[in-house]
Amino acid sequence: MKYFFVQRVFGVDEWSIKKGFPDRPERPDETMPNVRTFTLPMGAKIGAISYYLPEKVYSNVDFFKDFPDSLGSSLEKTGVIERHIIGADETASDMAEKAALKLFSEHQIDPQSIDFLILCNLEPDYYTPATSAVLHGKLGLPEHCGVLDYNHGCSAYIYGIGMAEGAMLTSGAKRVLLLTTSALTHTFHPKDKSSKFIFGDAASATIIDATDTGMIGPYIYGTDGRGFNRIIKEDGGARNPITDESQKEITDEYGNTTSRGSFYMNGNSVFLFTLKKVPQMIAQLLAKAGLQTEDIDQFVFHQPNEFLNETLRKKIGIPEEKFIHHFARTGNTVQATIPICLHKLREDGKLKPGTTALLAGFGVGLSWNCVIARF
Amino acid sequence: MAAMEPIGDFIEKLERELDMIEPGTLKPDVNYRSIPNWSSMYALIIVALCETEYDVAVTGEDLRKCNTVSDLYELVASRK
Repeated sequence: MKYFFVQRVFGVDEWSIKKGFPDRPERPDETMPNVRTFTLPMGAKIGAISYYLPEKVYSNVDFFKDFPDSLGSSLEKTGVIERHIIGADETASDMAEKAALKLFSEHQIDPQSIDFLILCNLEPDYYTPATSAVLHGKLGLPEHCGVLDYNHGCSAYIYGIGMAEGAMLTSGAKRVLLLTTSALTHTFHPKDKSSKFIFGDAASATIIDATDTGMIGPYIYGTDGRGFNRIIKEDGGARNPITDESQKEITDEYGNTTSRGSFYMNGNSVFLFTLKKVPQMIAQLLAKAGLQTEDIDQFVFHQPNEFLNETLRKKIGIPEEKFIHHFARTGNTVQATIPICLHKLREDGKLKPGTTALLAGFGVGLSWNCVIARF
Repeated sequence: MAAMEPIGDFIEKLERELDMIEPGTLKPDVNYRSIPNWSSMYALIIVALCETEYDVAVTGEDLRKCNTVSDLYELVASRK
């Protein structure tokens, strides 16, 4: 009776008041069996990684059959040999689901052990609800599991890891599932040779586990929103609905064609932006971490274009053996490039315990980020 | 402005980077856009070369304003 007023007004039970709400770590709760005692996590680490490539392969041979005039145009300098294209009956979220299922089976991960799901996706299944909510149901994740959609591109993976740590800090999540999916080929103009050559579709699935000692961080984030239209699909969103103008072909001085309703990238200006910003952010991150280039065992960059990345590598002064190029058989898979590289490094035994990696994303937004990840 | 090497050396480096063209194709008065299969990759290669070899930023706009190899050379020399 003593707490009648407080209970009635605030709807809080007597037990909580006695213990001093809102924190009540000792309370056993039968409805949330997997929620551990809320202790502030000290950090996180990148765990198991799997990825899914759609079945259909579009090789360079196929490409030059479609675009014979492009032979000798040095598109091969981008480093891509083949890329995978999403199936006609697949959605971006289907690919994410398949990546998750592959992760569960390849690494014996129990879906019931997932405390939070984060999905990066540019093609939601529905206006609402969030596609991660739909996937939650399909993957059979537990009820206490939070879900979050976000729609970054090249800088997505590092944002995802950062938000995974946020989920851990706010909800005590011990295990986060980070999914990315890219079906960018859906947005290409039929005559956009550049994009068709460079990009491929894929989805990735990463487990991020809370740890007692922080193994990820520090992070650097950066944005230049004035460059929002350097990589863009202009029409078809809320700002510019699709009109007849959206189909009109626009051909640049290099003979590459797109339209307002299709994906567009200003190659030159993005190249320049990358050459300027990426070395800067690497230097900032190393300074923040109190490290030198020599202290990093593996540099894992987003893979947009081998020629660009080689130019970056030389400019920053990274030795070849510490710098992975790995996208020849996938193309630029946008959000999945970094996890696919990490997967490859693990396969090759280059991410043994004690390895320090520097992950770097850069591109659409314009957006850039990097993080130190210890393994 | 640091000293710029002679145009012959500049051309040699350009031809090496644009390795798909015949050596000797690029003369100072050649319109570089007339190189067979001139593509956006070629433009990126030129931008990358200016950046890594000469520490000079060259934009798409700059490339549009230059017509010949020697125009390009002058531009890089002026920004060094």
